[in-house]
Amino acid sequence: MAITEFNALSADQLPKQKTLWNHVTRMARLQPLGTAGFVVILVMVFAAIFADYVAPYDPVIENYEYMLNPPGTFDETNERTFLLGTDAFGRDLFSRIIHGARTALLVGFTASFIGAFAGLVLGVGSAYFGGYVDLIFQRLMDVFMAFPLVIMALAIVAIFGTGTEKVIIAITIPFIPRCARVVRSSALALRELPYIDAARSIGYSHTRIIVRHMIPNVMAPFLIMLTAFVGQAILLEASLSYLGLGVQEPTAAWGLMLQGGAEEFAESAPWVPIWPGVAITLAVFGFNLFGDAVRDVMDPKLRSQN
Amino acid sequence: MYTYIVKRMLMLFPTLLGAAIVVFLLLRLIPGDVCLLKFGGEGGYVDPEQIKMCQLRLGIADPKVSQFFSYIGGLITFDLGTSMWTNRPVTEEIAIRFPLSLQIAIMATLTSIIIAIPLGVISAAKQNSITDYLVRAFSIAGIAMPSFWLGILIILGLLIGTQAYSGVPWMPPLHYKSIFVDPAHNLSQLIWPALATGYRYSAVATRMTRSAMLDVLREDYVRTARAKGLIERVIVNKHALKNAMLPVVTIIGIEFAFLMGGLVVTEQVFNLNGLGKLFVESVTQADYTLTQALVMLVVFIFVMVNFIVDLMYAWLDPRIRYS
Repeated sequence: MAITEFNALSADQLPKQKTLWNHVTRMARLQPLGTAGFVVILVMVFAAIFADYVAPYDPVIENYEYMLNPPGTFDETNERTFLLGTDAFGRDLFSRIIHGARTALLVGFTASFIGAFAGLVLGVGSAYFGGYVDLIFQRLMDVFMAFPLVIMALAIVAIFGTGTEKVIIAITIPFIPRCARVVRSSALALRELPYIDAARSIGYSHTRIIVRHMIPNVMAPFLIMLTAFVGQAILLEASLSYLGLGVQEPTAAWGLMLQGGAEEFAESAPWVPIWPGVAITLAVFGFNLFGDAVRDVMDPKLRSQN
Repeated sequence: MYTYIVKRMLMLFPTLLGAAIVVFLLLRLIPGDVCLLKFGGEGGYVDPEQIKMCQLRLGIADPKVSQFFSYIGGLITFDLGTSMWTNRPVTEEIAIRFPLSLQIAIMATLTSIIIAIPLGVISAAKQNSITDYLVRAFSIAGIAMPSFWLGILIILGLLIGTQAYSGVPWMPPLHYKSIFVDPAHNLSQLIWPALATGYRYSAVATRMTRSAMLDVLREDYVRTARAKGLIERVIVNKHALKNAMLPVVTIIGIEFAFLMGGLVVTEQVFNLNGLGKLFVESVTQADYTLTQALVMLVVFIFVMVNFIVDLMYAWLDPRIRYS
């Protein structure tokens, strides 16, 4: 038997080790829109975490000297610039929008993570146990799905009351059946696969099979739902706050900043209702673009179509 | 087919019953009741006797179980009772608002169809072109923009625009008149909320049309049509569109159902007295009878629309047979 001589390849002959940066640029090339969305998300996260340092002024303290100043007003005596103007209480809109990112992300992330995760466990569980458990569970989900999202959230707010934590509960609950249904349909197909039978025959517990063997395989629909939820949660929080049933003053929240309606400000200060809406739109836009990219990457069937 | 329809209709009852139970329980979980809110609202001293009397009269003091059975009994016999807050029949309260909500839902759905189908088809036919990117950006923007903010912008634009143009700011009229009584007044009031929500819902439908079209355009029979030498316009409009409409019909149907009950925020922006506003009022007033009836109406519409959409599948696509 001939022995092939083994020559160690020198470093420049080896395929180059991919750096993180290579992955980033590759992602940016393949999913330009998704990357743009991700950048928006990063900016928001940064603004939310460092709001106290980034925001030029306090978002809460009212200052009647500066009531309804138009964008770009420069006050010479105190050397203050109001980039986006001020509201009816003399609070700097730019600072309030930056602090609002904190509220939006807190509600958006918490509600969608808890909601999607509960949906994941319930959906996989329902598919795994099948039979009557599945049937009853599905009818239950049907019932909850029959309520429009806003109506369900409103009813829950009526029970628990208003405030940031309550809003999170109100948004989380209607998300659960929506995620559970999608996850269940992918888990149903998994249940029939031989490896699940094998796991069962070894004598693994139900919990172990669900957590270790089924959940990892339904990650794709789960992550797709999760990213879609964040944008929806931000929108829902804004709607509830706008109605006065969500986050309460003086906390900075975008929906709350829109309260008061258009007629009030149309002539005197049109910038007051414009900027918070731009912030909401941009945030949801970012999460949607990113979510689309996640779906493209995760679901090969849809790849390069949407 | 008929057995399927009957089976499917029987399946509606557990869902409706479940929804009725959920609403009943949720409402009883809300702290306070209509009597406490009515008499305790002003914050002055209230005679506890008076509250007790009110609770007895409205039946709130009854055991929950008997309340539940009288409520379900009412639903079965289509007797929705009287509103606990206004003392007027629930059907009357709803009947006043129903035409307005229905009209907006229809107008918004039409708006969304008019926008969504042509844009979705163009976007799919010219995949990855500039047109495609513009359409997609337009539709994602529609999903991202809260419709109430769009409403605020529309009112702002109207006010500022008319001010600049004629010197007198113009606002859509605030009082509702039926389209059969005063069409101009009616449309000048309702066209704006319909546009604002229609645009938002068109976004979802556009994306659905686009991806359904892309799927269909890859099918063999489309390739055959191309090989036959048909012009692209005919292939897209006559051959592909019909088959791509299936998922779009679902989306539009479900949207219509949600528009009937989910316009809570938009109605607030435009100051409309519709079902959404009535719902918010009845929940905050702990008006059990009215809220229960409203929610059951919305759920019923939703379930029925889903049912009709399922049946339309078989009609639109003869390959689908229910048995």
